[in-house]
Amino acid sequence: MIVALDTILQGVLLGGLYALFAAGLSLIFGVMRLVNLAHGDVIVVAAFALLAVMNHLGLGLAAALLLIAPGMFVLGYGLQYLLLNRVIGKDILPPLLITFGLSIFAQNGLLEVFSADSRRLPANGWENASLALAPGLAVGVVPLMTLAAAIAVIVGLNQLFYRTKMGRAFRAVSDDPTTAQLMGVDPRRVFAIAMGLAFGVAAIAALFLGVRSNFDPSIGPARLIFAFEAVIIGGLGSLWGTLAGGVFLGLAQTIGAAVNPEWQILAGHVAFLVVLIARPRGLFPREVD
Amino acid sequence: MSLLATHALTAFYGDFQALYGVDIDVEQGETIAIIGANGAGKSTLLRTLTGLLPAKADAVTFEGRPIGGLRAVDVMRLGVGMAPEGRKLFPSLSVEENLRIGGDNRQGKGPWSLTTVYDLFPTLSERRYQPGTALSGGQQQMVAIGRALMSNPKLLLCDEISLGLAPIVINDIYAALPKIQASGAGIVIVEQDIARAMSVSSRVFCLQEGRVTLRGRPTDLTREAIHEAYFGV
Repeated sequence: MIVALDTILQGVLLGGLYALFAAGLSLIFGVMRLVNLAHGDVIVVAAFALLAVMNHLGLGLAAALLLIAPGMFVLGYGLQYLLLNRVIGKDILPPLLITFGLSIFAQNGLLEVFSADSRRLPANGWENASLALAPGLAVGVVPLMTLAAAIAVIVGLNQLFYRTKMGRAFRAVSDDPTTAQLMGVDPRRVFAIAMGLAFGVAAIAALFLGVRSNFDPSIGPARLIFAFEAVIIGGLGSLWGTLAGGVFLGLAQTIGAAVNPEWQILAGHVAFLVVLIARPRGLFPREVD
Repeated sequence: MSLLATHALTAFYGDFQALYGVDIDVEQGETIAIIGANGAGKSTLLRTLTGLLPAKADAVTFEGRPIGGLRAVDVMRLGVGMAPEGRKLFPSLSVEENLRIGGDNRQGKGPWSLTTVYDLFPTLSERRYQPGTALSGGQQQMVAIGRALMSNPKLLLCDEISLGLAPIVINDIYAALPKIQASGAGIVIVEQDIARAMSVSSRVFCLQEGRVTLRGRPTDLTREAIHEAYFGV
């Protein structure tokens, strides 16, 4: 009983991390129908950036994030404005190729600068802290904070989408970029802000990734797959769906691992395929598309 | 000085030329109508005026300034509002959000706000929280006009605002035009319904195959002249 409860709890908490990986991907797809194949590598770049400022400037985790998250926003904004806006359009292939190239570029750039060594973000022992809920049942503080951060990011993005002028512009451009221009909304600028936000969220994801597990320049694509699966399971373009999709994936992996530790990753992929067969549009598809 | 004028305006879709030297002009507070058959170039003309299609800089002047070739977002900021053909409401936005986004980037001051737009079209006020696309065609057209007004435009462009609507609904929508005109805006309506167009405008321009084939005050134009200009011989 306790074991089952523990498995479910750990699965949900792991889902928080996947939802953080996926939030930026979901945001970009929702606004500009762009699939960023470099999203996993963007998270890894942010993790190395956090590590670099912590090592060189002696900053703590929170201070490093306060520095790197805005930096990532600027990087995302610039990348979209100067590069991706040139290829975005009716044909989905050119942006896919560009982001695929960026993925290779990021991995090799990181390899050149930071070597292939496995790294971890130092967290002053926080990474091992846990709360005992009952005899035999404990939750890690970092996984708990990861889930809380994921919920906070999703709530924040939802508020932005549905309560602000910027959010109206996001949705209008997503619906109809031509008519949006007649309203004085510049799609190129909206796309750049969306990409900047996605990069900022990637910095938050990078912090929790780097505290929980080791990372090296090559792990981006595997994070991308988890993020993709979370977005698709949840339903394209729905932010709450992305959170649900992340939790679903985390649960599937943890339950798979409880049955046989070799099955963790496989169980996640199988669950994803089952969702694709049963509900091809995901669990919470957007009504208008 | 005209509010808006075009000077030998040409427009192309790739190699296809859609407009051949079009000259039209609108005065401040005036309503003009552009009539013509399908494919005459009416919508192309409006798309060029709003900056969605490229034009030579001095081929379009707004308050004396050359605005041809400016980006659509910049033309809008100068004070040109557009109710596009097919209404083109944003499906993800509620009625009120559709109206709000029209005013989000406004530069000019003026009489139009959510309150005055709801006064103009009271039926929208009751449905403000519904998705824009859940409304009837006529109500959607009201949202599209209201959305354009929210920017307090000096010039309002209305593309085929009666298309596909029931006559009684068209009456409601056309009843709003004098009130909009009274607020000081110039209005360009593009219309296939000739009688309707003549009834609200002080001057009419007829397009045929990308050229202005007739222009004048509705009272000065004979039925035969319009027929000839509309269909050619």
